[in-house]
Amino acid sequence: MFMRWLEYAIFLGIVLGLAHPVGLYLGRVCQGQPTFLDPLMGPVESALYRILGVRPKQEMSAGVYATCFLLFGLGCAIVLFLVLIFERLLPGGPANASLTTPMTTDLAVNTAVSFTTTTTWQAYAGENTLRYLAQVAGIAAQCFLASAAGLAVGFAFIRGVAREQCATVGNFWVDLVRSLLWVLIPLTLIGSLVLIWQGVPMNMAPYTPAHTLEGGIQTIAQGPVAALEFIKNLGTNGGGFFNANGAHPYANPTPFTNFLGMLAIAVLPASLMITFGHLARKPRAGWTLLIVMVALFVLGLAISDWAEAKPPTQLAGLHIVGPNMEGKEVRFGIGDSVLTAMVTSNGSTGSYNSMYDSFQPLGVLGPLVFMLLGEVVFGGLGAGVYSIVMAALVGVFLGGLMVGRTPEYLGKQLRSAEMRWIALYALMTPMVVLVLTSVAVATQAGQAGLVTNSGPRGFTEILFAYASSMANNGQTMAGLAVNNVFYNLTTVIAMLIGRYGLAALALALAGSFAAQRRVLTTAGTLPGDTPAFGALVFGTILLGGSLCFFAAVGLGPVVEFLRH
Amino acid sequence: MGSPTTDSGVPLERDAGSVSPPTCARRIGDQLRPAILSVLVLTLLTGCVFPLLLFAIARPLFPRQADGSLLRSRGTVIGSELIGQEFTTPRYFESRPSAAGSGYDATASGGTNLGPNNPKLTNGSADFAGIRQLAEAYRNHNGLAPGDAVPIDAVTRSGSGLDPDITPANAALQAARVARARGLSEESVLRLVADHTKGRQLGFLGERRVSVLELNLALDQLQGQQPPRTSP
Repeated sequence: MFMRWLEYAIFLGIVLGLAHPVGLYLGRVCQGQPTFLDPLMGPVESALYRILGVRPKQEMSAGVYATCFLLFGLGCAIVLFLVLIFERLLPGGPANASLTTPMTTDLAVNTAVSFTTTTTWQAYAGENTLRYLAQVAGIAAQCFLASAAGLAVGFAFIRGVAREQCATVGNFWVDLVRSLLWVLIPLTLIGSLVLIWQGVPMNMAPYTPAHTLEGGIQTIAQGPVAALEFIKNLGTNGGGFFNANGAHPYANPTPFTNFLGMLAIAVLPASLMITFGHLARKPRAGWTLLIVMVALFVLGLAISDWAEAKPPTQLAGLHIVGPNMEGKEVRFGIGDSVLTAMVTSNGSTGSYNSMYDSFQPLGVLGPLVFMLLGEVVFGGLGAGVYSIVMAALVGVFLGGLMVGRTPEYLGKQLRSAEMRWIALYALMTPMVVLVLTSVAVATQAGQAGLVTNSGPRGFTEILFAYASSMANNGQTMAGLAVNNVFYNLTTVIAMLIGRYGLAALALALAGSFAAQRRVLTTAGTLPGDTPAFGALVFGTILLGGSLCFFAAVGLGPVVEFLRH
Repeated sequence: MGSPTTDSGVPLERDAGSVSPPTCARRIGDQLRPAILSVLVLTLLTGCVFPLLLFAIARPLFPRQADGSLLRSRGTVIGSELIGQEFTTPRYFESRPSAAGSGYDATASGGTNLGPNNPKLTNGSADFAGIRQLAEAYRNHNGLAPGDAVPIDAVTRSGSGLDPDITPANAALQAARVARARGLSEESVLRLVADHTKGRQLGFLGERRVSVLELNLALDQLQGQQPPRTSP
């Protein structure tokens, strides 16, 4: 217990300690200011602009910015779809006999959308579906590109809040290229090398037959695993090289690689809150939201930790000692498994290292609820900053109702035009997740997925699948059989809305904020950087979440907990 | 536009007129070329150039890890130090139960995905050993009495199905049986277990653990045996 909480505390300490310097660095990247990487990356940047035909000084309105984001995502999805459809023709890697899962059209559509929206929901098992070149040039490349596009939208949103009387929010192509060159590529190069040092393979060898000590043959899947395993976390994507994702010893060989991966997920989104406060010239507003995030995180961590660490009551009387280790790795134990569950479910990253389907009902409650709340804690790279600000704005609106004046946040007024975007944003997740879950539960095709568990656990699996798709998270309760036309296509709907629908609304709001003049702070202003404001946001998130999802969550994990 | 310290976009006033300023992108059509080219060029950069760079740096620095940390005996690959193997004979320490394929299939990683309240997980079914049956088998195999406590990692399946490790408590309970089967003293086997117990990384990360394959190799080496050759 002490050792686990020591690890949690060190983790949060490192995230909070890095948030300030990294946040300021991201601010420089966002604003095009000089950094220490300029001598290396500057020439590459200029060359890329020349090749792509980008005029870096040209700014875009929120509408044009959103359209570019959409066009880029569409292009990436088409490329990935083609790579997947033709992947069996690529040379190298696993023998055809090992590739037992057929790459059907619906699976290719699902995977193409999934990886280009940073969801990285995987209806396939990597080691028996994909060739190495598809894993690298298809899957890993999209992990870079989709997360860079997400970070770009985060930059644009921050500019919208920071600017005054402005028609524009930045240039998408510049933000995209700078995110890649100044943030994702250099960090991934270093991080991947650390992973390889710790044991993550980086080879193009065929699956290796090993003659085991007892005289059997064990065929060991290989591959350029390290090319994917760091960017999947840094970019808050999460799709693993192997079926077992972060539980696989080749993908995540040591507790250190796991810890590094969790930092890779959380540090950038946490730092982006500091960037936000810094550029909006209200540094404490960024810290206030970051502390709300940490408070929610610790709450979820405490519940999950308690549920998983106590000896499973289901095994009472069997004289079995220890915590719930079904679906967990010995090297990670409860501490690393629960920490990873909380970080990945908050960080919009599907790189689980233990099987949620074998978690206790209250153990899986945390990951489920955090996805349903819309990834407000840390959140996806770029998406996290607008997720928490949107939640805060709902709080500001409620606060404004109570005092009876036009609500404002950091000098920006929430008039009816802004409130329309905010209300639509807040309703999007419940609408999509609850409707799709109902359809799945009510139809034969949806129920056919319940091949492993049933009852409340089966319902949780379905709810979890759509919550994960909508939150662009990608983690799964893997007992649900999802590689079929029904789930491949319905999860695509949630992934697309969760990515483009929410980003478009956030950019629309950023556009109208940018056009506003900053109003003067008066005695009646609700300041966005006080503990009281933090408490309001914290309460709004929990209250809003329970109003939307209490019934659904009640039918799943809560009923299962109460029944046993 | 844009001094080093302030961020500034295109002011509203400037595009109030009918002529759009050259600094503001207006037509979507202008964005098609960057859209198409960025997808292709950046895919090449991140999907081809980057992995080749990583490959080129990593191979000379970490050749053993890059190849999958394979263990060899007399030139034959006998496994990977990271990937668990199945052991059934009494002279070897046993790994955890596995849900990967038919057990430790390193081309089919995965867990059972059975919920804790699913009766199949505890009580088993016709073709599946539940935790109850696994505990019974573990006690029989290691000469324990019916009421003796069993460490939970010995009767649960890991997430990957390829878990290379067991807990020190699990190894300690198996030591007497292994010692008997090999004609060694229990103390010498326990000493070997202690030597092969890894602590928490950096003192606070993860759990204490014993790698089963490494331990079994050390046992064979202790007795001067090479692992058995099989015809390739």
